[in-house]
Amino acid sequence: MLSITGVSRSFGEVRALDDVSLEIASGEFFALLGPSGCGKTTLLRIIAGFEAPDSGTVTLDGSDLLGVPPNKRPINLMFQSYALFPHLSVEKNIGYGLAREGLPKAEIRRRVSEVLDTVGLGAVANRRPHQLSGGQRQRVALARAIVKRPRLLLLDEPLSALDRQVRAEMQIELKRLQHEVGITFVVVTHDQEEAMSLADRIAVLEAGTVRQVAPPVELYARPADRFVAGFVGSNNILPAETAVRLGLVPAGTTSLLTVRPENVRVGDGAGTLTGTVLDTVFHGGSSRIAVGVDGLAEPILATRPGAPTVSVGDEVRVSWAPEDAVLVPA
Amino acid sequence: MKAALGVVLAFLYAPIVVLVVMSFNASDSPYSLDGVSGRWYGELLHDEQIRQGLINTLIVAAGSTALAAVLGTLLAVGLARYTRSRMLDALALAPAVLPDIVLAIGLLAFWSLLQATLGLHSVLLAHLLFGTAFVTAVVRARLHQVDGALEEASRDLGAGAVTTFLRITLPSLGPGIAAGSLLAFTLSIDEFVIAFFTAGPSQPTLPIVIYSMMRFGVTPEINALATVLLAVSFTVVLAAQRLSRLTDSLGR
Repeated sequence: MLSITGVSRSFGEVRALDDVSLEIASGEFFALLGPSGCGKTTLLRIIAGFEAPDSGTVTLDGSDLLGVPPNKRPINLMFQSYALFPHLSVEKNIGYGLAREGLPKAEIRRRVSEVLDTVGLGAVANRRPHQLSGGQRQRVALARAIVKRPRLLLLDEPLSALDRQVRAEMQIELKRLQHEVGITFVVVTHDQEEAMSLADRIAVLEAGTVRQVAPPVELYARPADRFVAGFVGSNNILPAETAVRLGLVPAGTTSLLTVRPENVRVGDGAGTLTGTVLDTVFHGGSSRIAVGVDGLAEPILATRPGAPTVSVGDEVRVSWAPEDAVLVPA
Repeated sequence: MKAALGVVLAFLYAPIVVLVVMSFNASDSPYSLDGVSGRWYGELLHDEQIRQGLINTLIVAAGSTALAAVLGTLLAVGLARYTRSRMLDALALAPAVLPDIVLAIGLLAFWSLLQATLGLHSVLLAHLLFGTAFVTAVVRARLHQVDGALEEASRDLGAGAVTTFLRITLPSLGPGIAAGSLLAFTLSIDEFVIAFFTAGPSQPTLPIVIYSMMRFGVTPEINALATVLLAVSFTVVLAAQRLSRLTDSLGR
């Protein structure tokens, strides 16, 4: 188990991490999610050993990590740029870490060919990195990290350099691989969809602090604060006073009212609020409708299946089931 | 446009073509062509003065280049890693762009201040000065192209600092070091001003030998010698180009 307790780190005036505590269980697929500059990369570099925190502790299975240099930690990192050694073949790249352990050549060869099979790269073992496609490079980087059989694998924006289709494939591949090798994976990403589809649990970071740690479904259904509600998936967020004024919540409520667009109904029947359709966008399987409501600064967004059933300028009523309105602490 | 290109190329290379043609001259005059022969190349082979000059030049060029490759690489890595000072950068590269005559006078003054005897060693160290600057410049440029994460990846995979430098940093800088060294080598071979000021009277380098031969009139032998030098430096330039192309294909 990886325990991070009270970790803080500042760069000059900027507080990159502010009293961060996290527990990551063995064998878990964990995601650190946040916008750029939220401190997630700093935290990753602290776990890998390339940065030291100003205060706090980091332990792996009970033993302190902070005094240990990166080359002595049972942790490997898959770099965002992959950082493949350009002058070495795929085989040599993957064997590099094993050679540093002083393993016999035959053993290195066996383990390299084993991992090449796992990631499906046996055919390109003798190529140089610049002769590979983006997806292949990513697999080499992954193979090079897991061949060391680390107790913890860190992945820095693992899918960001890939195009859409390859990304979808690699998402499935990563999950399968994590299952197969049973190593704890910690992935750092700014892409909430990526985090949701990969991770067992997600920690949302913002401005150096942890906002919420939860499984994807819970994170989506019960965001802990306004930031999480807005960052994970899209959301309609109504300030407390507006919700009270419109009679959506009892007087005295201080929480924000949030409703997911897919839970908003738009039509001319009964409804809670009246407004004018400002915009409709057809996405193929679904449409997005923006409705301007008097007294609301932001339009209410609704996602409905199929083609839009209303057009711009229509007077409509919007509503949602009471259980779909989620109150979030302001 | 094509015609203009032809004119410029002719302007650049006409003197060199004349030089090469005249080196195969059969007559004693370097100015009038009287049949074709390789006789001056034969004379070149047996000229003791030239041979000694060539040996001296090669000692200076090889020695200063080897040292410049080491010092220049270390300086480039040190500058890139441990300082952001533009001033230090400029200082490190200055010997490459300072007028030769300034370096020459300065070095002469320096050696006499130390009351050192002049000889091949003084030329070698003088050439090391600008050679280091050139290697530093080329290796620094190469360092910019190298992904800084490579060294971290090496550490992450279990390599210590020394192993990382030897197995990752140095090989990725290799083409840059080689290109910089070739540059330093060619510059040293035909360097005249600094060598003239810092060489001992008994150990002239090849350019100094040529200069003293010229004072007694130009013979086609000098043309032959110049043609040989031309062939050598042309080869080196081509090799350097090859290397830098290699560098590009290795870059991500």
